[in-house]
Amino acid sequence: MSRFLMTLCGIAATAVVQFAVAAETAPGDVEIKNLSIDQPLTDTAGDAVSGKDVFSNRKLGNCLACHANSDMKDQLFHGEIGPGLDGVASRWNEGQLRTILVNAKAVFTEDTVMPGFYSLEVGEDVRENLIGKTILTAQQIEDLVAYLSTLK
Amino acid sequence: MRKLLFTGSLIAAAIVSQASFTAFAAPADDKLVIDEELEMITRAKSVEGHPLPEVISGWHFRTPETRAIESDSFQNPGMLGVEQGEEIWNTVEGTEGKSCASCHDDASVSMKGVGAAYPKWDADSGKPINIELRINKCRVENMGAEAYKFDKGGQKPLTAFIKHQSLGMPVALDLAAGDMQKWWEQGKETYYRRTGQLNLSCASCHEKNQGKYIRADHLSQGNVNGFPTYRLKQNKLISLHNRFRGCIRDTRAEFPAAFSDTLMGLEVYTTWRGTGLSVETPGVRQ
Ligand code: HEC
Ligand code: HEC
Repeated sequence: MSRFLMTLCGIAATAVVQFAVAAETAPGDVEIKNLSIDQPLTDTAGDAVSGKDVFSNRKLGNCLACHANSDMKDQLFHGEIGPGLDGVASRWNEGQLRTILVNAKAVFTEDTVMPGFYSLEVGEDVRENLIGKTILTAQQIEDLVAYLSTLK
Repeated sequence: MRKLLFTGSLIAAAIVSQASFTAFAAPADDKLVIDEELEMITRAKSVEGHPLPEVISGWHFRTPETRAIESDSFQNPGMLGVEQGEEIWNTVEGTEGKSCASCHDDASVSMKGVGAAYPKWDADSGKPINIELRINKCRVENMGAEAYKFDKGGQKPLTAFIKHQSLGMPVALDLAAGDMQKWWEQGKETYYRRTGQLNLSCASCHEKNQGKYIRADHLSQGNVNGFPTYRLKQNKLISLHNRFRGCIRDTRAEFPAAFSDTLMGLEVYTTWRGTGLSVETPGVRQ
């Protein structure tokens, strides 16, 4: 391959990488207005099926630890720390659900025990390998929003 | 009779786990009587300054089967650890040719009440001292033996044996001694400090949400009167500082070293919170 072509490929690759980065809002750049985040955090539409897995998976959202959800009757042991989430999409709209997931404190006050899943406002002494990291990725938040929106 | 009782508790367990899907699950309305003769104080009016009106032993939050195991010392697997502790008590170790019994004779007399009053102020180190560290102090200073490392050697069984001599006695600390009050305050700060990526404090789970289920776990008040406790899931005695570290780790935080100032303060404070509850060592938990 000629040197010229290689350089061209390099530029193209850089452009792709930059595009991918720009398609995701960093935790510090998320804008909350009137308790709502209206802009999706990524360019890829949320997928409700993946969102359902994020909800129940203990290593991801582990939402079932605190919330009962009749849509998951097949799973044993639903928590009682937060309200049951049946019909949650009729109580909150998409932008509000996104805010609750990103940083529940912004909606329910500082005292809430619900973790902020896409926030860097976390507790003290965070485990070293998790410093600067959010619990879920931007795409997982979008998937969850899509899933919760099915709970009407 | 046994078989009938067993079936009965299975049915009860099924009802409890179903209830966990929907309803708020209150601590079980039940009485803990060890071997049908020693009644334990598992609920007590809390001391002044306590944020909750009543202190409740973690025993009330466990399933009927787990509760039954603790009430029968032949069934309680933690009693094997206590027996092991008794052997260590009578075993000579170290350069001085002494055992614990050489200085303290019969533990049922000399150690009665000790476990209910620890941690105590230790003027020598200028810090509170718990049973584990008191054992180490005796080993080093009086026996010419090496200090046990955390959770190693005879530390858990010997601690369980010593605390078991206070079985049934109500927990009561002397916070007026030395700087105990200062350590209580520092422990209180630790108790309410939110840690880790999940941003939770001890109070988030054991004060605000006690009595509720977090997935399959029925949250107790996090009282410490049963330690070392026998954990059925892990098939062994679990020390208090191990439990502290586990709970802090679950918030996705770095956890402090065992017997560090942070965890000693926390032991003073959480022990005080359980004032009035009987020492249950070895408690049985899930
Ligand atoms: C450690 C406990 C905990 C976890 C884990 C948790 N939540 Fe929550 N959540 C709460 C509490 C408590 C509330 C109620 C607000 C309050 O009182 O602070 C709440 C409120 C909510 C609400 C609003 C419900 C309503 O009906 O108003 C939604 C939606 C929600 N949570 C979704 C989730 C999802 C999705 C997850 C997982 C990604 C999750 N939560 C994980 C504790 C938790
Ligand atoms: C995310 C929830 C959570 C947090 C935060 C938490 N714990 Fe726990 N803790 C549990 C669960 C679940 C158990 C097991 C069920 C029970 O006994 O409550 C437990 C058990 C305990 C026990 C054993 C109780 C017994 O009866 O044997 C103690 C003691 C305890 N916790 C202390 C603490 C302290 C001190 C802190 C803060 C440093 C803390 N916990 C933070 C969830 C938590």
